[in-house]
This record gives sequence, structure tokens and C-alpha cells, in this order.
Amino acid sequence: MNNPYFDLLMWARGPGFDIALTILIGGILLRVVEIVVLGRKKDLAKPKGSPVSQGIKTIFTRSVPRKGMMKDAPVTYIGGYVFHIGFFIAFFFLGAHIALVDDLIGLNWPAANKALIETAAAASVIALLALAWTRVKDPVRRALTRFDDWLVLVLSGLPLVTGYVAVNQIFGDPTLMMAVHILSAELLMIAFPFTKLMHAVTFAMARYYNGSIQGRKGAES
Amino acid sequence: MTATLERGLNALREQIDAPVASFFTSCVSCGLCAEACLFYKETGDPQYTPIHKLELMQRLWSNEYTLLGRAKSMLGLGKKITDEDLTEWETLVYDSCTMCGRCTMVCPVGNDITMMIRKMREGMSASGHGPVDLVGAAERHTDGTSPMGDLTKALHARVKQASAETGLEIELDKPGVDYMLILSSHEIASGEEMIAAVARIMHKAGVTWTISTEGFEATNVGIQLGNRDVARNLVSRVVDAAEKLGVKGVISPECGHAFQAIRWEGPNLIGREYPFEVVHIIELLDKLRAEGKLKTKGKDHDRITFHDPCQINRRGGINKEPRNLLNMVSDNFIETEDAGTMNWCCSGGGGVGANTRANDLQAKAFNIKKRQIEAVAPEKIVTMCAFCHTTLENQLEARNMDDIEVLGLTEMMAEYLDDED
Repeated sequence: MNNPYFDLLMWARGPGFDIALTILIGGILLRVVEIVVLGRKKDLAKPKGSPVSQGIKTIFTRSVPRKGMMKDAPVTYIGGYVFHIGFFIAFFFLGAHIALVDDLIGLNWPAANKALIETAAAASVIALLALAWTRVKDPVRRALTRFDDWLVLVLSGLPLVTGYVAVNQIFGDPTLMMAVHILSAELLMIAFPFTKLMHAVTFAMARYYNGSIQGRKGAES
Repeated sequence: MTATLERGLNALREQIDAPVASFFTSCVSCGLCAEACLFYKETGDPQYTPIHKLELMQRLWSNEYTLLGRAKSMLGLGKKITDEDLTEWETLVYDSCTMCGRCTMVCPVGNDITMMIRKMREGMSASGHGPVDLVGAAERHTDGTSPMGDLTKALHARVKQASAETGLEIELDKPGVDYMLILSSHEIASGEEMIAAVARIMHKAGVTWTISTEGFEATNVGIQLGNRDVARNLVSRVVDAAEKLGVKGVISPECGHAFQAIRWEGPNLIGREYPFEVVHIIELLDKLRAEGKLKTKGKDHDRITFHDPCQINRRGGINKEPRNLLNMVSDNFIETEDAGTMNWCCSGGGGVGANTRANDLQAKAFNIKKRQIEAVAPEKIVTMCAFCHTTLENQLEARNMDDIEVLGLTEMMAEYLDDED
């Protein structure tokens, strides 16, 4: 085996991955602590509803759009769903990914077939492009978009595209492309705690707080 | 940095807590909050996107409360907040937000944007960027008994009128009764109807009540302006009066932000729990209905719809109660689209209606409500907030739609009260 990219692949799979995983986990912990230490004052108003149970409930119920909202922003909603579900399937149900998780924590589950994984990955990338398009074309999204938003779009798309290219050997040296795929995933892991990617963790906190504030008042959330 | 700017930033820093940090961390700038906002919907102007109205607060949080932001600030890279920024944001934070809370309901990551607007106003007002009309109202209320000045004489006159009209004795400052009623200045200024309605219903239900001359005003401009000191002072007047009279409860009247002030913010403003309960008048009437103490006779046959005040339903948790009551007295009650929790604001809440600078924008924002009303073509609109009531009347009149009558629910219940013994 004299592939000049073999060492790169080995580095990406070994030390590179360890570094990325350390930054990912350490960074997330740091960011969560950074939020939690700010605390919140005890609410002295006598509750009408139940803040805790509604807070927990809202973590799940907020995944469903409120009536009538879908038609007001179809690309954002549908693009959002397709991207998240597609990314989730491609990430958690590819055999090689499951093997990686098994190596790390000793948990495994059945893999999905290749056609499903690839459809999910392709749909996810198309959804990202649609979401990017709204950031260019739609005045509300354009006005809100910052560098961070573009960065996370690109970083989320790269592992999907490079993974597809590497597995199907579309172009480039297969060993190099696999190394590039793993490195792109590591880039995503490193950026995660310091960008808007953090929403994938803190959304649960935000939804809980929202639900508990409303729930205390006996109001819907 | 000027002294006022520093004071404003300090007030804003005090508002940043774990929920705020989790909200800003979670925002992915998807822009869905815009679709829930009456100001964006009716103008199509992206500056009215709710989360954009919070950009300065987000910047302060990012610069001072995040790892990366602090590192950037140390290197002199973070974008600082200037007086010019605050001036620019003043109209966004006050004129184009009624704190109606719809954005809070639709945010996919669950951000309570409305609560953050309330917090951001603390910083704006401390830095001298409160709207002049709200500042004026706060001064008048602090010096007098209401934002309209001293209404004590008017209160005495209204109580006398209501007493004469109902033939019932209404005793002011009576200790040891069940409830102490507070009123919004609109309800005192506009007539004796509300007091008379309460007198008749309470008499029939066998509930004792009074009004204190030392704390009768329910409105609290401190909540709208975002000035905790003013808000605390005004809440304290009511709390002190209720404690002095030793009542079991305080009745919050048909006024949205007043309910928010006395029921939900009050204990936190004064830093302790109340020794009495606070009920909204409609909650109390529904309780009396359930206990069989509120009986009505006859029904209104006109086509009636109901307007939910944001601070009482969406942000106050009172949704079923008014509907239970309306169904007792109406046989032609029809809901508008989005009625209930996702009802559209009347456009006058959160201090917008009291802020004359915002008049034109407010009139535009009302159009969404207008279309919903037109779709059900009611003869009457019933509501449970005096300010929504006035706003609806004024905006309908300006559109030659004043053939639609606007009514308060308490008065309507009194009208159909079964008076026979």
C-alpha cells in the first residue's frame, strides 16, 4: 500500500478525530455551563399551571409548526425538516458510522440500506441549497443572515457531499476523498460549540424555558 | 461613553439570565418570527422581524457572556453598542412591538422573544430612550393616582353614579371584604358602567368587595416603558392598599397589561409573594358561574365575535373562561380565524396605543385584525380589555366600520344577569 494519502486518512481517523471529539464535547459542556451559571430568579407569582411538565412537553411539541405557519414560509419549514431528517438518517444509519459509535461507546443498531442513505443525503443537500437560496432572495432572511449562518450551512453540507463522493468514488482518489470526508466532519465538530450549530443542543433548553414560563401562567406554548 | 449609555447597558446586563442566553444561543436566524408579527405582516418591512428588534441585546450578550465574544472583545474586535444604535432601535423596540407574544409561540427553537423585548426596554428606558409619551405617563402616574393625573375625584363621582344606577351601596375603603377591585383609568374616565356591572354581579353572587382610594389604578406604564422602579412603585400601591384592607383577593379588571403587572410581574417586582390572591375579573366570573352563583337570563341574538387580549389569553392563560361566559349569554357567537391563543393583537398593546409617534404604523398593523373581523361580519365584538376595547372602537371608526358595536364582557354579563330572587 503506497497510497500517498494513506497517512492523511490515518491521521484523520486517529489523532484528528480525537482532537475534534475533545473540542466538541469540551466546547459543548463549556457553552452549556456558560448559560446555566447565569441562573434565573425564582418566580414568586403563584403558578396557575405546571411549569415543569409544560416545559418538558414543549421540548417536543415545538417541533410541529403552528397552524397556518407552513404556508407563510414553506421553504424554511420544508427545507428545515428535510435537512434535519436527511442529515440524521445519513449520520446515524450508515454502517460505517454505527461502527464508529460502537467503537467509541459500545452501542450499535441496524444500518439502513445504501439507497436510503444516499437519498437522504441528497435530499439533505438539496434542502440546504433551498435554505441558502432563501438567505439570498428573501428580504427577512437576507437581513438576518451573518457570516456565521453561511459558515454553518457550508460546514453542514460538506460532510454530506464528501461522504457521497467518497463512498461512490465519483471523482478523486478514494483514499484522499475518504480523508477529506472525515476531515470535513471534524471541522463541523470543532466549529459546533462556537457557532449557531450549538442550537442542536440548546434548543431543548430554550424550548423548556419557553414552555415553563408559559406553563406557569396556565397559558399555551 | 456617556453616563446615560452606561446606565442603559448596566440595566440591560441585569436582564441577561440563563433563559436569555439559551435563546440567543439557539437562534438560527430562520426569520419565522417575522411571519407571526403584525407589524411585519402588514408592512412587509424586514426591519420589523421580531428577533432583529433585539439585535443590541444579542450583541451585548455575545460580547460579554460568551467565550468567543469575550475573546473578540479582548482583542478589540467586538462591535460595541453606541448611543446612535440605541436611538435607531428605540422605534423598533417600542413603536413596532405590542409585546403580543405571537413570535414567542412560533419560534421553532422556542425563544421567548416577547419576554426579551420586555427586558430590552429596561435598558432602553434607563439610557433615556423611552418614548416621550410613555415617559410622560409614567411621570403623571408617579406624581398622581393614574397616568391621566389624579382620578380620585372622578372615582368618587363614578361610584356615586353606579350606586344611584344600581340602587346598591358601594362602600369605598371597606376593610375585611372578600375582594378589592382595581380599575384601569379608561374604565374610570369612560363612565360608571364597569363599577355598576361589578356591583350588580357581586351583590347577586353574595361576594363582598370594595375599592381602595389609596390604590385603585390598575394600569402600570412601568411595564410598558420597561422601568422596574416605576412598575414596582405602582404595584406597591395596590399591594399596600390590599394588605391594609385585609382582603382575600384583588380583582384585576378588563385590562391586559394591568393583569400582567399585578398577577405575574408584581410579586417579582416587590420581591415577595402576596398574602392575597389575584384574579382577573373574567376568571372570577367564570368561577362564580361554575359555583352556580352567576346566573343569567335570556340571550343576545346578534352575531357576536370575541377579541382575545394578548396579555390575558396568550400571555395570561385565560382562554376558556370568557368563552364559557359568552356562551351563557349569546346564541350567535362566532370565532374569528386564529381566535384564542394565536389571536392577532388589536395593535394598541405594549404601550403602542399610548405612543402617538406610532399612530400611523399602528393603523397599518390593525388591518390584519380588520380583515379577520370582516371575514365573520359581526354585529358586535366582545372583549375583556378596556384598551383593546378603545383601540377596536377607534380603528373601526377610522374605517367607517363603527356600525359594529364593541362591548366589555363584564358589562355584557351584568346586562343578562338574572336579577330575580
